[in-house]
Parts: sequence; structure tokens; C-alpha cells
Amino acid sequence: MTATVVKPTGSGTSPGPAGPVFRKRRPVGTALGLGTAVLYLSLIVLIPLAAVVWRSTEGGWDTFWAAVRTPDAWAALELTVGASLVVALINVVMGTVIAWVLVRDKFWGKSIVDTLIDLPFALPTIVAGLVLLALYGTNSPLHINIAYTRLSVGVALLFVTLPFVVRTVQPVLKELDRDMEQAAYSLGASPFTTFRRIILPNLAPAMISGAGLAFTRAIAEYGSTNLLTGSIPFETQVSAVNIFGRIESDDTTAAAAISTVLLVVAFIVLIVLDLFQRWSARRG
Amino acid sequence: MAKYPLRILALVYLLFLLVLPVGLVVWRTFDKGLGRIVDVLTSPNFTHAFAVTLSVSVWAVLANTVFGVGTAILLVRHRFPGKRLLGALIDLPLAVSPVVVGLALILVYGKFAPAGGWLEDHGLQIIFSLPGMVLATIFVSLPLVVRAIVPVLEEMGDEQEQAAHTLGASRWQSFRRITVPGIRAALGYGVVLCLARALGEYGAVAVVSGRLVGQTQTATLYVEERYQNYDQTAAFTTATALALIAIVILLITKLLRPKEND
Repeated sequence: MTATVVKPTGSGTSPGPAGPVFRKRRPVGTALGLGTAVLYLSLIVLIPLAAVVWRSTEGGWDTFWAAVRTPDAWAALELTVGASLVVALINVVMGTVIAWVLVRDKFWGKSIVDTLIDLPFALPTIVAGLVLLALYGTNSPLHINIAYTRLSVGVALLFVTLPFVVRTVQPVLKELDRDMEQAAYSLGASPFTTFRRIILPNLAPAMISGAGLAFTRAIAEYGSTNLLTGSIPFETQVSAVNIFGRIESDDTTAAAAISTVLLVVAFIVLIVLDLFQRWSARRG
Repeated sequence: MAKYPLRILALVYLLFLLVLPVGLVVWRTFDKGLGRIVDVLTSPNFTHAFAVTLSVSVWAVLANTVFGVGTAILLVRHRFPGKRLLGALIDLPLAVSPVVVGLALILVYGKFAPAGGWLEDHGLQIIFSLPGMVLATIFVSLPLVVRAIVPVLEEMGDEQEQAAHTLGASRWQSFRRITVPGIRAALGYGVVLCLARALGEYGAVAVVSGRLVGQTQTATLYVEERYQNYDQTAAFTTATALALIAIVILLITKLLRPKEND
């Protein structure tokens, strides 16, 4: 592709007097566009986020740490990270199973199921919490009442993180070469061995990045846990709700400290994921 | 392989996590009779909440569409130092909790912050008013348009744009006649995703809006407020309306999604 672009410039014929030929972008245009984009990003995202980190460190390290280690804040952080880890693991298994069924299985209504997977992305989180509460709350028609329990935190997080692993594993599974599997079968490998030795290693990078994304989504979640879990401190209150309470009571410094912890955890996960992806791409 | 057990496992999981809960709320809404639904849909607080949601979403989607197209072209077609960093920073909002988004905006644009105080002195209140809600919604939906367009622009290459240039097309002409038609489907996809996120935003808007009933209350905030006030009918009806919008949006994205090989 690039060769065809380069060739005419090298030939020395001048196509015409009009301006810069073959897209030598004027740096002024780039600078102007870049400036606008960076300004927009700064005013809305970067400066406000920096203000959170700045506010959290205002009283020094001791104040920061004291706010994070406040018993209810710490309990919320432990619950958030713990529940998100469990939810990410369940997603690895169930997301892969669903992706598998969507790619390899054939049944009536499969495309409907495939479309439904994205529903948690499109559905407002408060609605997600409400619908779960309708089915699994005090008036449950199934007589399963998990509202205001720790289990309900997990269910809410499972709902909102459903698409991540499915949507990262699905395309990889589609592209996966069936020849290798067939070779394994013909050499006498059992379905389980084939899955473990051939399919799993190919899917693992996608499973891990899906799980990482689900984890970062889960630790940030607020809306769906709000109604369903009752947000009882020390019991079912996740960090986002805990931060919300502190903002409402004007304790923005402590809110900023806990927010900073959440941000740092999310960034570490995203950076590790990025490094991992580059590493596995290089291993090829 | 273990075909049926896996299929049943996947479908049962989706049934109990997704289909039954959503279905139950829709069913309960219509079970109450159309009269009650109409009562809710015509109540002033409901219509006001939906109007607020709509106006906040339209502004946010508009801003992010302009930013999204410009930044995608910048990222794909231009070369500058720090390109990777800009790409990473654009994805940042996806990793931030909505509540933290709200806090971040309050710390800069709140009444007691330097920027917010200055703006308020000049007659522009950001927090606890519509501009703040628009900012919060822009924040949470910022990457969606960019991310939808970038792969298509990369795929498209710039040969056609170059051809247009050599034939004497101005930059605007080649943008309008070559680039826009090329990215149209992806742009539609990104805009619809952005709209879905904007209409459904709850946490960030809850923080910056002050949740003033009949003033800064959005549709999602209305659902919560009605439920907390034991008005299940209104909460369920509004939730159903939002769920139906979400389903329509899903179907549109399904049509617009960059075609995949089956």
C-alpha cells in the first residue's frame, strides 16, 4: 500500500503548481487540531481528575491514609475489590461458555441471544438494579430473596459486566483455525485434552483482557448496586456508594482519597493488561 | 463435544441474569393496565425528567461527535509526538467510576472551586445545573465516537483522499465527499452508542445535578426517586420506557455495526 504512495513522489514529476502534493499535512493544521482536542480533553477529563488526586493529597500522606483506612471506607474497598475479583473470575468461565455457544453451537434464536448480550451496556444501571430487585427482592415471584445481602452485590456486578468476556473471546474463537483441533482429534486427543492444549491457550489472552475490563468496570460500579444491595455500611456498601455518601456530607477530601485509590487500582489493571497484550502479541 | 450441556448452561445463565429480570419489570408495568401507564407518562415530573435527559443527551452527543470525528482523523491521519498517549487518555473515562466523575467536576467547577467560583460570578452556574450535567455526560461517553471511527479510518486508508487532493479538491471537499461517506456507518454506530450511554447515565449525573425534583432530575434519577418514595408504578413504567429505548438502540447498533464475517 505505502509503496504505491511513495513511488510518484520519487519519480520527480511535478503534478501541478497547487500547494503541497501528496498530503504533506501542514503542521499548523495538526497543531490546531491537536490543541483543540487536548483542550477539550483537559477541561472535561484531565484537569478534573487531577483535581481529585490533588485534593486527596492536600492534607499530606497521613490524612490520605487515615481517610482510606476509616473503617467503613476500608470495608467498602475490601468488598469492592473482593467482589470484583470473584465477578471477573465467574465472567471468565461463563463469558467463555456463552461465547463458545454463540460461535460453535447452532440453535433457533441464536442471533437474538447474541444481540441480548449487549443489553447491559445499553441499559441504564439504575434500571439494571431495579429489574434485579424485582426478580430477586422481597417480592420475588421465584421466592429467592437476596436483596441487601453480599450475594446481591455480586449479582448486580455480574449483570453489568456480562458483555466484556463474551465480546473479547467471541471474535478470537471465530477466527480460530479448526484444522489444529481436527489434527488433535485425529491423533487421538480427547475433547478435554484438545480444549486444554489447543483451544484454551489461544483464547487465554482474550479471556484475560476481558476479565481485566470486567474487573475495572466492576470496581467503578455505582448505579446497579444502589437499589438492590441497600448499601449497608460494612455489609453491602461498595466504594462508589461510600464515596457518594462522603460527597453528600461535604467531606470531599476523604471522598477524593478513596476515589484516588479506585483510580490507581483501575490504572494498574489497565497498564498490566496493556503490557500483557503487547507481550502476548510479540510471542504471537 | 459437550454441546447440549454447554448450550443449556449458557442459556439458563442468561435467562436468570438478564431475560427474566428485564422481562418481569416490563410485564409488571403492562400488568397494571394502560391507564396507569398513561397516568405516569403524562405526569409533569415524568415529562420534565425526560425532557432534561433528552436535552442533556443531545448536547453531550453533539459535543462528543464533533470531538470524536476530529480526534479520530487526528489519530489516524496525522503524525505528532505523544499520539499513543493521547489515544490512551481518550480511553481514560471508561475506567473512572461515575461517582468519581461527579466528584472531579465538583472539585473544579463547584461553587467553592476557583474555576467554578469565577464562572458563577459571571453568571454561569455549572454544578447543580444543566451545564454540569452535560459535562458529566460528555465525560462518561467521550471515547465512544472516537473508538467507533478509528478502526474504519485505518481500514479505509487515505488513497482516495490523496487522489481527491491531486485532483484539486480542497480539504473540506475531500472530507465531505470522501471521508464522511466512508465512515458514515461507523459514525452512526458511535453516535448511537454515545446516545445510549448519555440517556442512561445515572451516577455522575446524580452527583452533579443535586437531584432537584422538577428541575435537574433526569429520567434515571426519576426512577430512583419514585422507587424510594414507594411509587413502584412510576418507577417500573419509567424503567420499562428506558429499557425499551435501550432495546431499540441495540437493534439500531446491530444494523449499523461494521459488518462481521459470520
